[in-house]
Amino acid sequence: MFDLDRWREIFQSINKNRLRSVMSGFTVAFAILLFTLLFGIANGLGNFFKGAFSDDAQNSMFVRVWKTSKPYKGLQTGRRVQLKNADYNFVADEYENKIQYQSARIYKNFSIKYKSEASTYNIRAVNPDHQFLEKTIINEGRYLNERDLKEKSKVIVIGRLIKKDLFGEKPALNKRVNVNGSSFLVIGVFSDDGNDNEERIAYIPVTTSQMMYGNNDYISQINLGYNPELSTDAAIAFGNKMERDLRKRMGIHPDDQSALSVRNMAEANKFISTVSLALLFIIGFIGSGTLIAGIIGISNIMIFVIKERTKEFGIRKALGAKPSSIVGMVVQESVLITTIAGYAGLTLGIYILSLIGNSLEEDYFIKDPSVSSGIVIGATVILILSGLIAGYVPAKRAANIKPIVALRAD
Amino acid sequence: MIRIEKLHKSYPIGKDSLHVLKGIDLHIKEGEFVSIMGSSGSGKSTLLNIVGLLDIHDEGDYYLNGQLIKDMNEKKAALLRNKFLGFIFQSFNLISYKTALENVALPLYYKGMNRKDRLKIALDYLEKVGLKDWANHLPNELSGGQKQRVAIARALVTKPKVVLADEPTGALDSTTTDNVMDLLKDINDEGMTVFVITHEEEVAEQTKRIVRLKDGLIISDELTKASKAV
Ligand SMILES: Nc1ncnc2c1ncn2[C@@H]1O[C@H](COP(=O)(O)OP(=O)(O)OP(=O)(O)O)[C@@H](O)[C@H]1O
Ligand SMILES: [Mg+2]
Repeated sequence: MFDLDRWREIFQSINKNRLRSVMSGFTVAFAILLFTLLFGIANGLGNFFKGAFSDDAQNSMFVRVWKTSKPYKGLQTGRRVQLKNADYNFVADEYENKIQYQSARIYKNFSIKYKSEASTYNIRAVNPDHQFLEKTIINEGRYLNERDLKEKSKVIVIGRLIKKDLFGEKPALNKRVNVNGSSFLVIGVFSDDGNDNEERIAYIPVTTSQMMYGNNDYISQINLGYNPELSTDAAIAFGNKMERDLRKRMGIHPDDQSALSVRNMAEANKFISTVSLALLFIIGFIGSGTLIAGIIGISNIMIFVIKERTKEFGIRKALGAKPSSIVGMVVQESVLITTIAGYAGLTLGIYILSLIGNSLEEDYFIKDPSVSSGIVIGATVILILSGLIAGYVPAKRAANIKPIVALRAD
Repeated sequence: MIRIEKLHKSYPIGKDSLHVLKGIDLHIKEGEFVSIMGSSGSGKSTLLNIVGLLDIHDEGDYYLNGQLIKDMNEKKAALLRNKFLGFIFQSFNLISYKTALENVALPLYYKGMNRKDRLKIALDYLEKVGLKDWANHLPNELSGGQKQRVAIARALVTKPKVVLADEPTGALDSTTTDNVMDLLKDINDEGMTVFVITHEEEVAEQTKRIVRLKDGLIISDELTKASKAV
């Protein structure tokens, strides 16, 4: 294959016929560029959808209550619904094998004070499983445990930014902070992949909260992680059943969304997988469409080029060129142009994608658009192969034209 | 060198076919200088193209250098052309994007010679046709006569046994015609067989043997004064 004279012939032919070379190169470069951009953007959309939900556990569910919006069994509209420990235990017992994690949640808004620094924060009173439901990452110390709950300890796990607010660079672990007038021991500092607000939160044991603030058994919300062995559809069915059961148990109209509802990540998961599938189809469609357009483009140009060169081939043959040498020359030229142009289109495409980066995430839901090198190499190989075929078929035909006919061509 | 017996050639035209060569017998020995004359359409180019292996005959036998030409594929024909034959065309047929020197060197490329030797030999031949100074010009920068001399240099560069010329002076004025004919005579003096088609009596007179074609048959075949003068 490596024949310096052959390459010299080819470079001369490319160089002396720049318009034609640029034209065919442009088609290929453009096809690969489009392919790279479209693929990258589709990938970016996919990344966004996957990323949008990943800061909480994929299998999380929660039971929320508010006010009734429908009268039921003589009870009026507008009644406030209250979840209690009994409801929490009912869920735990009733659906034991469908649940991986379970935690209650009580929302409080208290000031936390350390020495002269003080500020008001969201405080959540929770069970230990909450760590996994929220994907809380412990940086220092530990999370709440069952013993804290049992002993109703006055311990607190604070977010990274609370630590920063109150302690600056100094250590916070095992220091005592003042929460709404009572002294709590800092047992852990955490971070979270979500936004900054998720790191300006503090966690205390749910039992401690119930004892100290109102001395009741009220809870604001029940958070669950469904058993990951459940299929998406089974998980959705589970959520619906739990919703019906709880409404019945609490004397709520079976259709009263406002009074009690179960939010289920399984539904979002189903949506994501549907969207991903649709995206995959679109990617496949666009990708193959662009490539086919590129292939057709090269083929057309090669047919044109070879027609234009028929006479030259006739002359070469009269001077002793074998058909194989003519076919080889054309194919090599075609492959050279497609490779260089394909590479140029690819590089440009990747460069543009890197410029876009995450700048479109807010407005267009495109996150980190990029293409896997495997796909791009595959596409380039396909284009090279098609350059090869596109060059080979008409060149073979042209090379076998009787020289006398070729010489007459114009 | 060239022996042709009862050669027939027809071109298909639609359903019919046009019988162009109707039984040609011709024997050309090595070192001859032959011209073919005849009215337009009499089959001169057809004959020359068959001799040059650019086209295939239908019936009869053709021996080139003693070898029977039969069932030629393009590859074999290419080898024979490269080895035995040099072509000069009325319309020059130079490759437009190559310089005079590169055009002349091209047949040597197909012979497999290295670039340095090719260019050296090509330059020698350009010098022979008086165009050394034009070596690096493209064909469109040359006059008709200069182009034809480049083509002649290209035809000679492989030292073929037979040079075939289809109206080599057809596109040239009388002075350049004489120029080209002098070159062909020189070639012939060096021992190459030259086979030339022409319309012009003055050109034919300068060859050593004139073959006249009419309607696909040879009607006369005689030696010229030029041959007797030697
Ligand atoms: N490829 C072809 N297909 C069909 N007919 C052809 C073909 N080539 C030549 N002919 C016909 O064959 C006949 C002889 O053609 P040829 O070219 O041999 O004539 P010629 O003697 O060279 O004429 P001229 O002096 O005009 O060049 C002509 O009638 C021509 O039309
Ligand atoms: Mg003719």
